[in-house]
Amino acid sequence: MLKRILTSTVAASALALTLGMSGGAAVAEELDPNAKPGGDIIITYKDDVATLDPAIGYDWQNWSMIKSLFDGLMDYEAGTTTLRPDLAESYEISEDGQTFTFKLRQGVKFHNGREMTAEDVKYSIERVVDPKTQSPGQGFFATIKGYDEAAEGKAEGLSGITVVDPSTIKFELTRPDATFLHVMAINFSHVVPKEEVEKHGADFGKNPVGTGAFKLGEWTLGQRVVFEKNADYWNKGLPYLDKITFEIGQEPIVALLRLQKGEIDVPGDGIPPAKFQEVMNDPEQKARVVEGGQLHTGYVTMNVNIPPFDNVKVRQAVNMAINKERIVQLINNRAVPANQPLPPSMPGYAQDYKGYAYDAAKAKGLLAEAGHADGFETELYVMNTDPNPRIAQGIQQDLAAIGIKANIQALAQANVIAAGGEKEGAPMIWSGGMAWIADFPDPSNFYGPILGCGGAVPGGWNWSWYCNEDLDKKAGEADSITDPAKAEERNKLWSEIYTKIMEDAPWAPVFNEQRFTMKSSRMGGADNLYVDPVHIPVNYDHVYVNDVQ
Amino acid sequence: MIAYLGRRLIQSALILLGISLITFALLYLLPADPVRQIAGRSATPATVESIRRQLGLDQPFLVQYGRYLWNLLQGDLGRSYIQRSEVAQLITARLPATLLLMVGAIVCELLIGLTMGVIAAVRRGTATDQSLMVASFIGVSAPQFVVGLLLLYVFAVKLSWFPIGGYGTFSHLVLPSLTVAVMSAGWYARMMRSSMIDVLRQDYIRTARAKGLARITVLVRHALPNAILPIIAMIGIDIGILMGGIVVVESVFGWPGIGQLVWQAIQRVDIPIIMGVTLVSAFAIVLGNFLADIIAPFIDPRIKLR
Repeated sequence: MLKRILTSTVAASALALTLGMSGGAAVAEELDPNAKPGGDIIITYKDDVATLDPAIGYDWQNWSMIKSLFDGLMDYEAGTTTLRPDLAESYEISEDGQTFTFKLRQGVKFHNGREMTAEDVKYSIERVVDPKTQSPGQGFFATIKGYDEAAEGKAEGLSGITVVDPSTIKFELTRPDATFLHVMAINFSHVVPKEEVEKHGADFGKNPVGTGAFKLGEWTLGQRVVFEKNADYWNKGLPYLDKITFEIGQEPIVALLRLQKGEIDVPGDGIPPAKFQEVMNDPEQKARVVEGGQLHTGYVTMNVNIPPFDNVKVRQAVNMAINKERIVQLINNRAVPANQPLPPSMPGYAQDYKGYAYDAAKAKGLLAEAGHADGFETELYVMNTDPNPRIAQGIQQDLAAIGIKANIQALAQANVIAAGGEKEGAPMIWSGGMAWIADFPDPSNFYGPILGCGGAVPGGWNWSWYCNEDLDKKAGEADSITDPAKAEERNKLWSEIYTKIMEDAPWAPVFNEQRFTMKSSRMGGADNLYVDPVHIPVNYDHVYVNDVQ
Repeated sequence: MIAYLGRRLIQSALILLGISLITFALLYLLPADPVRQIAGRSATPATVESIRRQLGLDQPFLVQYGRYLWNLLQGDLGRSYIQRSEVAQLITARLPATLLLMVGAIVCELLIGLTMGVIAAVRRGTATDQSLMVASFIGVSAPQFVVGLLLLYVFAVKLSWFPIGGYGTFSHLVLPSLTVAVMSAGWYARMMRSSMIDVLRQDYIRTARAKGLARITVLVRHALPNAILPIIAMIGIDIGILMGGIVVVESVFGWPGIGQLVWQAIQRVDIPIIMGVTLVSAFAIVLGNFLADIIAPFIDPRIKLR
C-alpha cells in the first residue's frame, strides 16, 4: 500500500505543504522574473578540474560543475536545502519505508539527443556500485537490495533496482532509509548515458554527457573548461547564461586582483585569507561579497583510546578550556562559534542546547577531579596550511592555561588523515582543512562515518574512535522514519543523539565556517544563489548577468 | 667518440632507472595512503580495499615497481589517481607551455646575465661593478615566489603593461620568463664577469687594442665570443635549476605547464603524476647534461671526449 504520493503539480505541492513537507514545489516557480537570458561569465580556479564524471568527482570544485552537466531523480530548490523532484516527476514511498518508486519526467534528452529512460537511471547507479568504477560514492547505495553482491563484483547489477516501465523505476531497500531521497539527489546518482560511457571508457570524466542545464563546450587541459547552454534543457527558461568559462591555474590572490580589474566574475577559490580584511574594509568591494552558512563544523577530536582522553572529565575540561570566540577572531570572523557537532543551518540542530561555556577555572577543576591537577602532555595534530597551524596555536594556548601541554604536529593533510585513522595514532586532531562538510543536508550525515561505530575502524574518519552502541541503535531508528510527515520527529531524535554525544564529549566543536563568495558587479540573482548550500561557489544554473543587451 | 657516446648513453639510462627507483620507493614509503585519497571520505573500508586491489597497491613493492617499469617501457605512464586520465596525456598537454617558458627564461637570463657580466667586467672595481654584483646577489637569493608576485603587482596590476597571469600571447610570457630568469641571471652575471675578466687579460686582446681597434670592437669581436663559450656550455646543466624554479613560477602566474601539474599532484598524493613529471624532468636534465658534454669539445677544442 502506498501512503504518500507527491507530484510536481501545483495541487500536489499544496498537499505536500499541508503535510509539512515542501518536496513537491513546481520547478517553474524558481524562475527569476528579473533575470535576462544570455551573456557569459568567467570563473577562476587554482587547481585542475579533476573529472566531470558524476560517479567519480568528489571535491567541492567539480561537485557543483557536475550538478550543472547532469541531473538526478531529486534535487534541491535553488539556494536552499529543500528537496524537490528533478528528473523524477513524482515519487512514492511504501508504508514500510523500504520501497521507493519514481515516475520519470517525459521528454528529457541527453546532450547527445537521446531520450533518457529508467534504464539509464538503473545503469548509472549500478555503475557507481560496480567495483570496477572505483567510485568514492559506492557506499551511499548500501541500503539497496543486492548491494553487497554487486559491490564485491559477484553480481551484475543490483537486484533491488527494477525498471517497471521506461518511465518508472523502483528501488527496494534492505531497511527503511529516511536519507534515500537525499541519496537520489547527490552527484553519484546522477544519470549518465550508457553509450557515451562505453564510448569514452575511463575518459568519460573528460567527455561528460548528461541531461543538465549546461553541456561541455571545450576542455583545454590545464587552461580552461567551457560550459555552453543546453538549449534543449527540460527545465524551460534555464539556464540564463549562454556560457561559463572556468579558467584554471589561477592563484586565489591573482584571481582577486583580476576581479578588482573587472576581468573575471567569480574567484572560485574565494577571497584569500590574507586579503580578507582589506576587501571587507572597502565598502565598494564588501558590497559584492555574499556571506552565508555552510554545512560545516570545525572540531577537535580526542581519541578515547588514548589516556587521559579515555576519561570523560578530561574531554569535558578540554571543551570548556577552548575560547571559541577568540579562535573565531583569529580567522577574521570567517566563522561562528559552535557548541555541537551539527551546524546551525542543518535540520536537527539543537537550538536550545547551550554546550560547554568557556570556563577555564571549571575546566581546571574537572581536570583535578580526573586526577590531572598538574595537567599532562599530549599531541595536537593539525594540517599544515594556513590558517590551521594558527588556530592550533590558539587552542594550544587555551589548553596551556589549564595545564595541558599540547605539542603541535603540523603535517600534510594526507598524513593527518592517516594518523587519525589509526587506533592509537593521534591523541588530538584539529579538523581544519579536512573537516566534515555534509554530502547532503540531513543530520544523519554528521554521524555514521565521523561519530558512529562504523567509522571507528582503521582507516576510518571517526578520529576520536568514539563508539556508543546505544546511539548507533538510536541512529538506526531515526533513519527508519521515512514518512515525510514525521520529519520533525526524526530531526528531534537526531538532536537528542548529538546532545548525548556532547555529554560524552569525544569532540570539542569549535566553529562553523561561513562562506564568503565575491562576485563582479554585473552579476545578478538572489544572494542565496551565491551561498547555495549544495552548489559551491555559486549555483551556475540560476545566476545571470545584468549587462545583457 | 662513438665509444664515449655509447658509454654516456648507458650511464644516462642507468641514472634514469635509479631516479625512477628512488622516486618510486620514496612515494611508496610515504605515510599517506593514496587509496584513501581516491576513495574519499565516505568510502567504507570494503570500498577502500576493493580500490586498493584493483590498482594493484596491495602488491609487494618490487611487484609494483616491476609493473610500473614494464608499463613505462611500453610508453605507459599510468593513469592519474585523482583526475583518472592518462598521465602521458596530461603531461603532453602541458609540456609545450613549460618548454616555451624555459626558452623564454633562457633568453632572458642570458640577455640580462651576460649584459650585466660584461658591463661589470669592463668597469671592474668601480661603483657600477659593485652595484651590479650586489644586484646579481639579490637576484640569486630572492625567493621566486616573491619576485613573481612583485613583478605581477607592479607591471600587471599597477602599470597594466602585461596581463595578470595566464597563457597564450607573447605578453603573457614576459613576466614569468623574467621571474624564472632572475635567479640564474645572477649566476650568469657572475660567471660572465669572471670569464670576461680572464679574457680581457689575454695577450691577443692587448694586441687588438695595440692595433688601434676601437674599444667596443675589441670587446664585441674579440673578447665576447671567447668569454661566452664556457657559459653556453652551462645552459645544458642549468636546466635542472630552471625546472625547480618553474614549479613555483608556474603556480604564481597560472602558467599551464608541468610544474603546476606536479605541484597539484603533490598536494593530493597523486603518485602517477608525481612519478611521470619527475621522470620527464629527469630525462630533460640528463639530456641537457648529455648535450652539454657533447657540445663542449666543439666549443673548446682543448676538451677531448674519451
